[in-house]
Amino acid sequence: MRAARTSVVAAISALATITAVAGCAQKSDAKDSDAVQVTASDDACEVSKTSFPAGHVKLAVENKGSKVTEVYVYAPGDRIVTERENIGPGTSASISAEIKTGSYEIACKPGMKGHGIRQKVSATGKGAAAKRDPRLDKAVAAYRAYTQQQADETLPVAQKFADAVKKDDLEGAKKLYAPSRVGWERTEPVAESFGDIDPKVDVREDGLEKGQKWTGWHRLEKSLWQTKKITAADHDLADQLIKDLKDWQKRVGTADITPTGMANGAKELLDEVQTGKVTGEEERYSHTDLVDFEGNVEGAETSYKLLKPVASANDPELAKELDKQFAAVVKLLDKYREGEGFVSYDTVTESKRKELSDAVNALAEPLSRLAAAVVTK
Amino acid sequence: MTDETGTTPSRRALIGWGGAGLALGAAAAGGAAAALGGGADDTETVADSGAAVPFHGAHQAGIATAVQDRLHFAAFDVTTDDRAELIALLKEWTKAAARMTQGHAVGGGAVSDLAEAPPDDTGEALGLKASRLTLTIGFGPTLFTDKKGKDRFGIADRRPEALIDLPAFPGDNLDAARSDGDLCVQACADDPQVAVHAIRNLARIGMGKVAIRWSQLGFGKTSSTTPDAQTPRNMMGFKDGTRNIAGTDTAALDKHVWVSGKAGPAWLAGGSYLVARRIRMHIETWDRTSLKEQEDVFGRDKGEGAPQGRQHERDEPNLKAMLPTAHVRLAHPDSNGGARILRRGYSFTDGTDGLGRLDAGLFFLAYQRDVRDGFVPVQRRLARTDALNEYIQHVGSAIFAVPPGVRDADDWWGRALFS
Repeated sequence: MRAARTSVVAAISALATITAVAGCAQKSDAKDSDAVQVTASDDACEVSKTSFPAGHVKLAVENKGSKVTEVYVYAPGDRIVTERENIGPGTSASISAEIKTGSYEIACKPGMKGHGIRQKVSATGKGAAAKRDPRLDKAVAAYRAYTQQQADETLPVAQKFADAVKKDDLEGAKKLYAPSRVGWERTEPVAESFGDIDPKVDVREDGLEKGQKWTGWHRLEKSLWQTKKITAADHDLADQLIKDLKDWQKRVGTADITPTGMANGAKELLDEVQTGKVTGEEERYSHTDLVDFEGNVEGAETSYKLLKPVASANDPELAKELDKQFAAVVKLLDKYREGEGFVSYDTVTESKRKELSDAVNALAEPLSRLAAAVVTK
Repeated sequence: MTDETGTTPSRRALIGWGGAGLALGAAAAGGAAAALGGGADDTETVADSGAAVPFHGAHQAGIATAVQDRLHFAAFDVTTDDRAELIALLKEWTKAAARMTQGHAVGGGAVSDLAEAPPDDTGEALGLKASRLTLTIGFGPTLFTDKKGKDRFGIADRRPEALIDLPAFPGDNLDAARSDGDLCVQACADDPQVAVHAIRNLARIGMGKVAIRWSQLGFGKTSSTTPDAQTPRNMMGFKDGTRNIAGTDTAALDKHVWVSGKAGPAWLAGGSYLVARRIRMHIETWDRTSLKEQEDVFGRDKGEGAPQGRQHERDEPNLKAMLPTAHVRLAHPDSNGGARILRRGYSFTDGTDGLGRLDAGLFFLAYQRDVRDGFVPVQRRLARTDALNEYIQHVGSAIFAVPPGVRDADDWWGRALFS
């Protein structure tokens, strides 16, 4: 856990703006006749116009289908600009948002599931939209899907962990602790960009601000491994963790993800390994640092693989080096596998920790050049 | 120090400074006997000029070069087993070293045009002068044959006979984490930031191929290679190293420091051997030792630095006037069959240890033509009988073969070894 990052930090302010506007459709000064009419059905998503002036945009949605639906407006890279859930069959809803000049997609999701039925639209006006590389938009969209998938998959495991805590099942909770964190660790730079959630779920005792109540995974880690006792307060903490993680799951799609942000996010994941995991600080009670280590590396590798088509075209040497160093780190981690996880990190000696640190440096250094390599020449 | 720094230099002295800088360059580049000009201020004044020491020459700079004020010494493990990769790194390092020693930034500089990417150069030397930065590379025994006996780079048969594994000396308390290394780089400069910047950038370039094994910062040079300058004091308050080989004494350098083409492997001709020892001083116990004992331990007086029974610092010592266990007496060439080494050590203090004791001492660096009749016999004698041993302990140790100089822009560190 760290303070909010610069590369993805825009998510917070963007989100604040969007929720504020989306929540007050009545105050819209766009006339109904100016609204984009969206007609949703079970197998179609029709829009009355595919081009509209940038600025305050209103969508008038009508669900003519038989399933409950939801409507999203996506910016390139599948960033959620605004969305409205639970639009029942036969009902209408109104959505509004501030939309800048550029290309967007409107999606209807009958049954509130999946990729949705999409329509390309554009907001026009002053200042031409920046030129975009479709390969990079694709990478960003795929990475966004990955972050959502990680959050979606985390919830059930975290729920099991929370249930074990609430049943006072000490051993069961210990087994589920590290696995419940993997999805978070894989997408940490994005997860951390929610500056309000991160301090609730992933803060360590020494990271607390004065007056801040200690909640989240590491508070429970201390109960499970150090005091070895689950208290009534821990039951509440388990509930709170699930509540906060659900908040993350719901908002992860709104994070502002860019290609260079993805590249630097990958490097930041290695920074997390270097500053928190290699030192054994992150999991000081459970010593499950190597599980987090692997999660961070997997997340970084996912970003890299998605950006690789562009990076290897611009800088083939760098891509070769990164392939090699990712493989080297994974091979080194393999040495420490035990059962379904890893050996306890307190059994890893200083000289072995240095070997891990050197391997992380060898990967992170070229990884820091990935952002430059994905910027289209 | 106050006399030297507090005096406003005359115009004549100012003119002299530039000349000294040039002379130093010549000495470093060609080993030519270049007189430094008179006056004890020379090292200081050259430092103020921020001059650049030429990188190319027959010998590596940083050995005979007039000792700079600051040190960052780093020992590296080579983490790749790929010979081509190691060679590529040495070439890249040479290029970066040539730039940094001339006061230039590495690669594309400290400020690149792409905001999202880290710049090539780390930037902390931006705006600073070259500050007489020298970078000197050495190759450790484990580069030729690793600890498991493996010839990783196909150079096992090129290991010089004189690149021995140092024997254990009585009283050694060596920490493996502060000893040995496949490669070393000695960075000396008059500005500590310039020296640290150089090591940091080389380490960064090397990531994935080499990893820093240990490193040492040093300040306050403890010996002089400029005979006219005052000998600086070590952390015990004594002048030590007065009789060092002068960087301008080409005859002595040829005899005692540079490896000749005949004596060693051809690839090392014009090079040298370096021994590095981290010598911890028991500062607190030393400080409560009587002046008489302190002077007896060294064999010099503390105020002037004169050998016992003499008047001035550089007077010829009368060894018999000293105790048989006196440091100066035992270390003197006359006690060691004429063995001489070029010392280039620095004081260090790494703060305090867990017991609140100053973690300080001497980071000893010595260059010589052959350690078997240089450092080894001298240290054997000292380790056995030196009265100073009560107040010091050797806690780190390393040895390196130091290749000859990089001749020109097409040459690179280690070319002769790997060709």
